[in-house]
Amino acid sequence: MSDEMKKKPYVVPIGPIHPALKEPVQFLFEMEGEVVKKADFAPGQTHRGIEWMGMRRNPVQIVHLTDRICGICGVTHSLSFARAVEQIVDIEVPARADYIRVIIAELERIQSHLLWAGVAAHELGFDTLFYLAWRVREDSLDVIENITGNRINYGLVQIGGVRRDITPEQHPVIHKCLDGYRDLLGKMLNLFLHDTTISIRCKDTGKLSFEEALHLCTVGPTARASGVVKDVRVDYPYAAYGDLDITPILPSAYGGEINGDVYDRIVVRLLEIEQSIGIIETCLKEMPEGGIIWEPKLPKLLAACKKAHGEAIGRHEAPRGECTHYVAMDGNEAPAMWKVKASSYSNLHSWIPMLEGEQLADVPIIVASIDPCLSCTDRVAVVRGNSSDLLTKEDLHRLSVEKTRRIQGC
Amino acid sequence: MLTVILQTVAAAVAFSVIGIVVGLFLLGIDRRISARMQARIGPILIQPFYDIRKLFSKDNIVPENAIPSIFHAAPIVALASSIIVLLYLPIGSMMPILGGYGDLILVMYLLAVPSLAMVAGGFASGSPYATVGSQREMVSMIAYELPLASAVIAIAWLLYSSGISDPFTLQAIVENPVWTLVGPIGFIGLVVLMLTLAWVTPAELSKIPFDSPEAETELAGGLLVEYSGKNLGLFTVAQGVKTLVMGGLAVAIFFPWNISPLLGLSSYAALAVDAVFFFLKVVLLMIISVTAIRTGLARFRITHVVTIFWVYLGLAGLLGLSLIILDSVVMGVL
Repeated sequence: MSDEMKKKPYVVPIGPIHPALKEPVQFLFEMEGEVVKKADFAPGQTHRGIEWMGMRRNPVQIVHLTDRICGICGVTHSLSFARAVEQIVDIEVPARADYIRVIIAELERIQSHLLWAGVAAHELGFDTLFYLAWRVREDSLDVIENITGNRINYGLVQIGGVRRDITPEQHPVIHKCLDGYRDLLGKMLNLFLHDTTISIRCKDTGKLSFEEALHLCTVGPTARASGVVKDVRVDYPYAAYGDLDITPILPSAYGGEINGDVYDRIVVRLLEIEQSIGIIETCLKEMPEGGIIWEPKLPKLLAACKKAHGEAIGRHEAPRGECTHYVAMDGNEAPAMWKVKASSYSNLHSWIPMLEGEQLADVPIIVASIDPCLSCTDRVAVVRGNSSDLLTKEDLHRLSVEKTRRIQGC
Repeated sequence: MLTVILQTVAAAVAFSVIGIVVGLFLLGIDRRISARMQARIGPILIQPFYDIRKLFSKDNIVPENAIPSIFHAAPIVALASSIIVLLYLPIGSMMPILGGYGDLILVMYLLAVPSLAMVAGGFASGSPYATVGSQREMVSMIAYELPLASAVIAIAWLLYSSGISDPFTLQAIVENPVWTLVGPIGFIGLVVLMLTLAWVTPAELSKIPFDSPEAETELAGGLLVEYSGKNLGLFTVAQGVKTLVMGGLAVAIFFPWNISPLLGLSSYAALAVDAVFFFLKVVLLMIISVTAIRTGLARFRITHVVTIFWVYLGLAGLLGLSLIILDSVVMGVL
């Protein structure tokens, strides 16, 4: 065998379907031994056409459709969409509804981070911790079900407010769950951050420097773990977040330096659970009395939406980072434009600098460390016959010019 | 002569069947206890038997770019070699069937054969995951051989220096429990060796934290990724027998005592009671050195595996060996 042949890297494909991936995405790794020399990925495996469906429906119908964009961020998308429409129609959301929105959003953060912690443990081959994390996650889902009636797809947010109130009888249930988590958190921190096997697998693994995190426009815990102070709840307060005293959590909050590695991402997410517990308790205490929705009668609400003209961006700090919904309305029942940008879209590109130079064994935990939510991210996939390919900006421009010409009949 | 051969063959067949059944039970116990430790209910004890029945009712799927002969031979070789090791093990007060035809060194080589068969099968299956898995399996085999060998050499040297004939045969080891041959320093050395062997066991069986050759979340099953149906069933059976063998080896070396003299039993009753006691010891050892470890740890990277076995456990093995030598020197002086 010549030297040329020996040095030739071999390619290991991972995905679209692989046990390391909870959702479909395809990776191609050029390997040298166990080391990843070059990484590339191809999203777009689970396009579901939700925007297409939404643009044929009225805003109230879309709110319930947004619940189904993501199985974990049930309130993220509906809140972002509702906030975009509220800005266009100029709706003032009752203060109590804002507090309820914050409570449910933070409960969602708790359950999402616990879900992630379980997935991370499983990727490391630590199934005991995975079972523990998912078992304790059930408590938050029970509370969410108590408040909204559903474990996922809450259907709580409505344009102009929320659909269900939080009654005083529900307060003890929520407090009991939060107290349970507060007691448990020390144990979780100890298990995740002081376990030798987890430390040696996660420290200095999948590093993302401050500059890379900034240049790649990463969001949420991925950005914060690299030291980028960025949190929509603090930077552009919305709902009741303006009334709350919160600061973005950096890994240095747990002592030590900021490395931007997988370990730091675990630190940030676990500490955010603690932060969310505090936020919910404050909200429950300071929640003002009053109505929970701007207009309870749907025909009136729809009529107001139908009259509105304009465009707006609604955003929310999802458990994975900033999620934005762009909506344009032009006096019709359905919006003229609706564009969803899930938080993972901003984070996916940070995979490349994280993965290159790492061991193949660490690929699953690094991929999972940004908490990717791919089904929510995929917007465009073109399948024609047996071949599928992604459209570039040039392709889209060409297609739109062709369509305009076709309409003009020339 | 003919009757001796016939008796040996009959006993070997009977032992194989018993070994397979007990091995599968061990897998079931491991899964059940691990589930309980994780606050799950877990499968019933005979779940591995259902799994095997299902796997044997399915077809083998051979990948297009596999080498079919090696691909099909690997699981049979793995199972056969695991069963042969079993025939060299003394079970309770029953002496090994093939005891007169080999010693501890042969057992060590035979223990490497199932892993080698899996490596060959992995390379022959023509999948990048299986190739990476096979490379990792080879590396971890090289890694855990050093502590394993130092433990075995230490035991044999101990027997030899105590003036026992045929120090490498398992019979000699069982008849002269190692703990009775050492002073206090050697006792510490034996404890160190026992702990070393307890860490080699999960690596030998490819269990977490040393399961990087199979690494479900990384390699989707690694060297077993292309195996299905009957071949996978054979590998599962081999895994069960290997679990029994590793446990049996540790029992034979470190805990060879029998319960029948205590109860005052003799002949067949003694054999049966000792066999049951032997299996209880194996189950207990497996729970400590396989189930508890795999439930309480995350998977190591292959680089960590090498460091752990060559540096830490290698040193531990050599330390145990030196302590035993020191002990006999001190004893000799006194």
